[in-house]
This record gives sequence, C-alpha cells and structure tokens, in this order.
Amino acid sequence: MSNSEPGFSTLAIHAGAQPDPTTGARATPIYQTTSFVFEDADHAASLFGLKAFGNIYTRIMNPTQAVLEERIAALEGGTAALATASGHGAQLLIFHGIMQPGDNFIAANKLYGGSINQFGHAFKNFGWEVRWCDPEDMGAIESQIDDRTRAIFIESLANPGGTFVDIKAFAEIAHKHGIPLIVDNTMASPYLVRPIEHGADIVVHSLTKFIGGHGNSMGGIIVDGGTFDWSASGNYPMLSEPRPEYGGLVLHETFGNFAFAIACRVLGLRDFGPAIAPFNAFLILTGCETLPLRMQRHCENALEVAKWLKDHDKVAWVSYSGLEDDDNHALMKAYSPKGAGAVFTFGLKGGYEAGVKFVEALEIFSHLANIGDTRSLVIHPASTTHRQLSPEQQVAAGAGPDVVRLSIGIEDVADIIGDISQALDKA
Amino acid sequence: MNHDSYPDSYIANILHSVKSIAMIGASAKDVRPSYIAMKYLLAKGYEVHPVNPGQAGKEILGQMTYARLSDVPAPIDMVDVFRGSDALPAIVDEVLKMEPRPGVIWAQLTVRNDEAAAKAEAAGLKVVMNRCPKIEYGRHSGEIGWNGVNSRIISSKKPVLQSGYQALGIRTRPQ
Repeated sequence: MSNSEPGFSTLAIHAGAQPDPTTGARATPIYQTTSFVFEDADHAASLFGLKAFGNIYTRIMNPTQAVLEERIAALEGGTAALATASGHGAQLLIFHGIMQPGDNFIAANKLYGGSINQFGHAFKNFGWEVRWCDPEDMGAIESQIDDRTRAIFIESLANPGGTFVDIKAFAEIAHKHGIPLIVDNTMASPYLVRPIEHGADIVVHSLTKFIGGHGNSMGGIIVDGGTFDWSASGNYPMLSEPRPEYGGLVLHETFGNFAFAIACRVLGLRDFGPAIAPFNAFLILTGCETLPLRMQRHCENALEVAKWLKDHDKVAWVSYSGLEDDDNHALMKAYSPKGAGAVFTFGLKGGYEAGVKFVEALEIFSHLANIGDTRSLVIHPASTTHRQLSPEQQVAAGAGPDVVRLSIGIEDVADIIGDISQALDKA
Repeated sequence: MNHDSYPDSYIANILHSVKSIAMIGASAKDVRPSYIAMKYLLAKGYEVHPVNPGQAGKEILGQMTYARLSDVPAPIDMVDVFRGSDALPAIVDEVLKMEPRPGVIWAQLTVRNDEAAAKAEAAGLKVVMNRCPKIEYGRHSGEIGWNGVNSRIISSKKPVLQSGYQALGIRTRPQ
C-alpha cells in the first residue's frame, strides 16, 4: 500500500485486519479463548509491565477485539481505540480516566436517556458531578466551567431529536479552558461525521447501533484522538503521574499520543472488567464492512420518509435536519453533508393517545429500544428510554409525551412508507 | 527529509537494515521509556549498547553501559537519542566524527532539532525525530494492533512470524 491515505470504504473493510500468519484465514478469526500462553517468565513480565505488545487475558485484550479497535480508530482518524462490552461501559472507563472525586464535567442535556441516567445518578457515587447545559447556549456553558471541570461531553447528532451539534464551537470552549472535548458519535457514525477533524479529543460509540448495524451484538468503543496534552495542567494524574499499579510508570510519557486509550485499558478495563465478547467483536466487524453502504441507504430512506410525513394531515411536526426548512439544516450541511442520519422524531396532532395507537398499528416497524438496525424501528421515548427523566428533562431532551422516534431501516422505502401510512390511518 | 511525516518505507527500511544501536540516555529504571524501548529492541534481536555517564561500567538489561558514544567498543549502525532537543547538535557532531560512522540518528518522541538534522543529512546520514523505534517496530510488524493502536498500515500480505509466541517481525516495503 502506498503512503496515500486509503478511502473510508477501504478502511471499513481492511483497517486492522491481516491474513492469519499461520493458517492464512482471511476473515478475522474469533479468538474464543480466555488466556494466552507466555513464551517464558520474562515475556510474561514484559506483557504485565506494558513493556511488550501482546495478549494476556481476554478481560484486558483479545485479538478479535483488537482488529475491531484498530478498524474504528482508523475510521474515526484516531490514534488508538478500546472496545468494551457496551457504550455505557466505554463511558465509565473514559470518565474513570479523567475524573477524581469532587471533579465535575459539562454535558449537553440533549443526550441518549441512558447517558443522562448514568451521568446524573450512577456517577454520583464516585463523586463525579455532571453539570447539564443547553447545547445551543454557549455563554451558559462557559459560565459553568470552574477549576474542577475536567471535560465537556456532547453527542455529535443528538438522540432522540436527530439534531447536529456545533462540535467546533464546543472544542474551542473546551480547549480555551484546557479540558478535552468528548463526543458520542453513535447516531452519526464516522461515515457521516468524524468529530476528531472538528476538534474532538475523545470519541465514544455504542457499536450496538449503526457500526454493528444488524441489531445482534452489544459493544462500545473509546477512540483516542491523540490530540490532548494530558500532562500540561496536572489535572489528569491517571496519565501524567507515576502509576502505583505499574511500579511508577507514567502513561503519557510512555505511550505519547495514544496514552489515553492505553490508560482506559490498563487502569479502567483491567480493573472494572466490561470486556467485549470476542464473538460480538467479530459480528460488529462484519457489520462494519458495509457501514458506508448502509448509512447511505439509511439517510436516503429517512429523508424520503420525513418528507412524506411532513405533508400528512395527522402529523403536527417533523424534526429531521435533512429537511431544507428544518432549524438544524445549516448545521447538518456543515457537519454531515452526506446525509442527516436515520433517526428522527415527529409528533401526531392526536397527541399521546394517537402516538400509542400508531406504534401499535405498525406491521414492519418493530417497537423496541434500539436504533441503527437494518430493520425500521419505532419507540415512544417518554414511556421507555427517557421514562426515568422528569417531565421537564423529557422536554429538554426532545422526548416530550407527544414525541415518536423512528429509526429508519434499509428496507424498500415504499414498504416503509406504506407501513407508516396504514398505521396513521388507524391512529 | 520531511520530518513532519515519514514515508512508511523510510522507517521500515531503517528498522530492517539496522543491527546495532547505541542508546544515549538509557535508564536503569525499569519504568522509564528508554528502558522499555531497550528491552523491546533487545527482544527483537538488535544489539543495544546503553550510553549514560551515570551508569558507566554497570550493566543495563545485561548490556555494559558506556559514558560516551566513542567508548562503545563495537560498530554502531544507529544512534537512538533519549535526551532533550537541545542535546541533539552536540550528538550529531560526535556521530560525524565516529569511524565507522553510524548511518542513522534516531531521536525519541518529543525530541526534535531541525538544524542538527539538516547537518547530519548533509553528511549522508538518515535522521528520524519525534518517533519511538518500539512504536514504529510495532506498527510495521502489526504487533501494535494487539493493543488497539492504529498502525495506519493496510496489507493483505502475510505477517512475518518470529520464534516464540506473539512475536512478529518487520515487513520490508517497496521504496
């Protein structure tokens, strides 16, 4: 391969995967093993002491998982990655690497409901404080930053509303205050948006969604942008100070621009344990190979459905940034010119009751709590994914009682619209 | 040479052709980056001669340590520098006086001095700066991918197996 950068579709198939050197197997093998034999005691010591590259135990790393990590790092333009059992597992490890008890971070209030729960409730027990912000009010965001603020967290394309966020503006604020910008890129996928190119320092995914793409495997990943100086402020001791777990090794000076991914693995994954199963890594890798084709079709179908819904008598409003008159259309054009994604919300004039009838009348759409499947999916966020939020939080998150969320699949668009049409007749 | 971005073939061919390395600033502490790189390079079959006045006469990883480059009693193919960027000009001058003369000067992560590099290159030496030979060996062998690092190298060719478990060698690349 020459030195020119391969295209996205080439990376989606090849990055990280080499033929197996002993058998010649070309697809990535499923290394269904817990452990790996050491050559001798010195080799074992080198591996445990981070002095050699290699595998020890599948709770920390696995060769199938490693191919997935290099693949997604390449697709995002990052220096390294760490795959985990789920997106939630990935977020836990990121914040464990960044936060000390008493520290805080800023997060957009338009987020996946599960993230709102994790940040607002589960993280409290670690002494990590989340400070919510309206992602459109930059002044208010900056006023919340103080000397214990360690990061800003946003979604590039926010769930469930399907609105793009001004990543560059957030990166500017974060870097002005010497803190990293973390971007959840699950809804957009790197095919549509590559946040590191816009100033993000860390990217996180639920691989369960578009990258796996087939609704069959849980997974998450942390991508290290390699851009943040962890030693400059002294506020990130996990990376900049000698680690007692490793005899005084300093991760940032030892691993340079991929130290954050290593820290998440050797301090976070090793000790908390949310490892991805090798079989799941294999299925997600297989899905990843067709990510560009699927995302293109997802976006084309979603735009057609959104246009059709907008003209329907029973529909009160449609929020899809791909529509030219949508408030978010300019940001979508700036950050995601190839399409506006597959997930969006709309409201029925008949309110909550009509929404429930609509969801129950659908035949092709599946009523479930996932997005980014090949299949078209539907959910009523207020009664499911965003159920644990207060009514005010629900509205702030774009998940009010009248809201129906669609994740448009890659079926024939005529069949998708036909199903919606017959269900609206009954709503 | 453009020291912001090295062609993969340039790095791979250096790592493939070099046999003996003098490591300036080698540390006896087992968590220092120089010690870690030295241990890895020894495991990959390179001859490594530590140079560190504070450790002269003692062994690091079983190798005798020398006070100065000129004290190393063996021919050197590459000088690997674990010192600040400011130290590079004097090291280049010292290397240029050596006989036989090393063909490569390699400066570690964060170490860069373009003036010193230009002088060495004008004399026919190859120079690599702000890189780590362990990381580059890991990239070009594929080993670094085991730890989730983006090697930025795509290949459908057979990886090079070395003896023992979990050990891959450098693949040469067409220039």
